[in-house]
Amino acid sequence: MAGLATKRKKTGALVLLIIGFVLLPQVIPSYQLVLLESGLCFAILGLGFNLLLRYTGLLSFGHGAYFAAGAYAVGMIGRYAPELYRMEVLIPAAIVFSAILAAIFGFVCVRHTRIFFSILTLALSMLVFATLVKLYYVTGGSDGIRVGIPPVLGHAFKGMRRPQFLEGFYYYFLLGWVIVSVAFMYLLVRSPFGKAIQAVRDNEIRAEMIGIRVKRFRWWAFLVSGAYAGLAGGLWSFVNGHVTPELAHWVFSGEVVYMTLLGGFKSFAGPIVGAIVFTFLKLYAVSGTEYWMLIIGITLIGIVLLLPGGLVGGLVILLERAKARAPWRS
Amino acid sequence: MVLYILNGLYFGAFLFLTSLGLTIILGVMGILNLAHGSLFALGAFMAAWTIGLLATGPPSTALILAIICSMALTAAVGFLLERSLIKPIIRRPLEYQLLITFGALLLMEDVIKLVWGGEARYASAPFDSMGRANLLGLEYPWYFVFVMALTALAGAAVWVVMARTRAGIMLRAIAMDRDMAEAMGIPIKRLSSLAFMLGASMAGLAGALMVPTSPALLGIGMEPLIMAFIVVVIGGMGSLKGAVVGSLLVGQARSFGVGFLPELEMPILFLIAVLILIGRPQGMFGKG
Repeated sequence: MAGLATKRKKTGALVLLIIGFVLLPQVIPSYQLVLLESGLCFAILGLGFNLLLRYTGLLSFGHGAYFAAGAYAVGMIGRYAPELYRMEVLIPAAIVFSAILAAIFGFVCVRHTRIFFSILTLALSMLVFATLVKLYYVTGGSDGIRVGIPPVLGHAFKGMRRPQFLEGFYYYFLLGWVIVSVAFMYLLVRSPFGKAIQAVRDNEIRAEMIGIRVKRFRWWAFLVSGAYAGLAGGLWSFVNGHVTPELAHWVFSGEVVYMTLLGGFKSFAGPIVGAIVFTFLKLYAVSGTEYWMLIIGITLIGIVLLLPGGLVGGLVILLERAKARAPWRS
Repeated sequence: MVLYILNGLYFGAFLFLTSLGLTIILGVMGILNLAHGSLFALGAFMAAWTIGLLATGPPSTALILAIICSMALTAAVGFLLERSLIKPIIRRPLEYQLLITFGALLLMEDVIKLVWGGEARYASAPFDSMGRANLLGLEYPWYFVFVMALTALAGAAVWVVMARTRAGIMLRAIAMDRDMAEAMGIPIKRLSSLAFMLGASMAGLAGALMVPTSPALLGIGMEPLIMAFIVVVIGGMGSLKGAVVGSLLVGQARSFGVGFLPELEMPILFLIAVLILIGRPQGMFGKG
């Protein structure tokens, strides 16, 4: 019953991990906690992105657009419909708004694969970026929109400053969303739908022959992926307190690709690990040196050349080596 | 009206030079070089620096020397990029290829900052010294005419290389079928480097030509990259003809867009690109 034993071990590790995250605010300083929250938002974004890359075989270079859609949904409601500015409206709005955008863009994009798909997603995200920048009177242009603290279920955080809000209630709120997103994605990629999109990825013609509607399945994957990005964007807007068009710029989308690769896109947990590590890496690089792009660039090149499996992939190799060296311990 | 068309042509000239390099590299190597804009920036900074050094001499000599230096430098950097970064990942999946050029972009932006500092560099002496021409009843700077002529010359030179020389024929063979070309004994590694150097030097030339009209700034290569990107998408990947037609089209669209709908000029360009991609994913002159 080795299978059951490892399964129990895994469940135990997962429970420990969740307890660790719940207790984290007691241990680490608030500054790091806010940074971690940013990383957790990117983790949701990375999960959605990897549904396309790992499971559908499509490399999106424009995922920032859906992240921006979620973040701007929050910002615009705050600006134009303050009476609706409530958490229980904002989060669904972020998801729905980005899902609609992803449904429209996805309809166009899923007709193509490989580099055409990447270029098309990039061009569409730049269309969003250019629109956000140019429509100054609607979207605030490059200044962006400020995002305040919304009331939650009638409870207004009056007079509360942002760090206080982020350290307290919001951390657990966000953690809850992360757990739900991870669980849903875990179930999704193991569902018949998940198996179908993987079949499409591996062999499009064969998948079509056995009756899978290739484009429709890709479109659904695109839509779910976009909705994840929108949820992440909405959640992130409260952490940052400000949304700008840069979120839709292709450089941000490139960073999303980087995070996922850093963690390892071939594993389910890769994007989550990558997003959190990347957030800390970037912030320390930015605050530690003027030449942070140099550091990010070099680590990026190093990972592509030396560690194609990412951090998680590297860890797996290390563990296997350790096991091979100590066979009696398994 | 004439002014808009002339401006469109002038703008199209830059687009053509930048997208030419991008499309050569894409066609021959199958790699979308995201660091292409940084090569443009490198050319711009090198030219500004050279013109600044030679400020005491005649501006025309300074300009010519600056162009030569920029092209030499970007070709050399292109060679290094190809040998150190592109060669190891040429057979790897798409995500690695895109990411490694993205890494090169970040790296080069900061190297430029490290070498030339963060301030803007002005080098408008060649533009000022050339004066204005009287063209179709319009006052038009000679420098713009010079840029268009030089671009036409560079385009013709690349066409001759690709269509008439042995190296060009071999490059096109690689673009058609890399494995087959290798099996036929074409020196694929050397030619890949050559293609990269050629493409990079075109970006350097574009950067150098830009500097007399607008200062070299950090991040100056971002917009040309995206624009060249649209041109390549519209024209067709790896197609020389596509680069010409695409640049002319985008140049005019942009010139008239700036004139009549300044708010929506960028979104319109992206919209055109998207519409063309929907109808013809391989672009106007691309092969399936």
